[in-house]
Amino acid sequence: MKPRAIGKRRPYVRPMAGWWRRNPFFVEYMIHEGTAFFVAAYALVLLVGVVRLAQGEAAWNGWLQALHSPVAIAFHLLVLVAMVYHSWTWFNIMPRTLPPIFVAGKRLSATAITSGGLAATAFASAVLLLVVWRLST
Amino acid sequence: MSANLKRSNAPIFWLLFGAGGMLSALLGPMLVFITGIAIPLGLILSPDAMSYTHMQAFAHHWIGAGFIWVIVSLFLWHAGHRIFHSLHDVGIHAGTAAKLICYGIPLVATIVAARALITSVV
Repeated sequence: MKPRAIGKRRPYVRPMAGWWRRNPFFVEYMIHEGTAFFVAAYALVLLVGVVRLAQGEAAWNGWLQALHSPVAIAFHLLVLVAMVYHSWTWFNIMPRTLPPIFVAGKRLSATAITSGGLAATAFASAVLLLVVWRLST
Repeated sequence: MSANLKRSNAPIFWLLFGAGGMLSALLGPMLVFITGIAIPLGLILSPDAMSYTHMQAFAHHWIGAGFIWVIVSLFLWHAGHRIFHSLHDVGIHAGTAAKLICYGIPLVATIVAARALITSVV
């Protein structure tokens, strides 16, 4: 501990540790930024799969078998929740990250941008599922 | 514009972040559901959908290979950039070491995925 001169007041330093936990707005901010860890974890699982695929059938089957384990299923359920939350927040923030868009002289509303994005996700998801289903049957 | 002005590389990483964020927002949830839940459990899709023959055929075509490559690399560029810019908020110094990890992993993954997919295509 540093020696203190008598009579000198200790300056108040506002503690910064856990600052974001004091405000619900920042708690939400930290959660939506935190989805990045789940996006990265999922991409790394896929990367391992791609490498295993190039190594041949036995390697690929080992990776595929690992996906069947209860731990893997639980992990993917967690990633799914984070990924849905990422989609939701991505399009909720979008009205603030996009430059103003004008359609027929009127500025496109925040609601239109968000709902447009979410509708695009619903459409893309349906198309993806359909394509995978068609390719696999 | 002065020729002496050094151009920032920030827009490149921001673009990769944005592209990855958009792609994961549009396709991420369904992809996770398909590869991590539906196929292993045999829900909706057959467990055979990701068999070696099917995946080999998918990755053999340049569209399939390109799709996998873009998903893996852009998801990681998105995540790395986002994590790097949140470090300061949780009291971690966003220095050279942090930069090497946050952007090094996506870079290595991009190269590793490209190499693996090229061997599958040819």
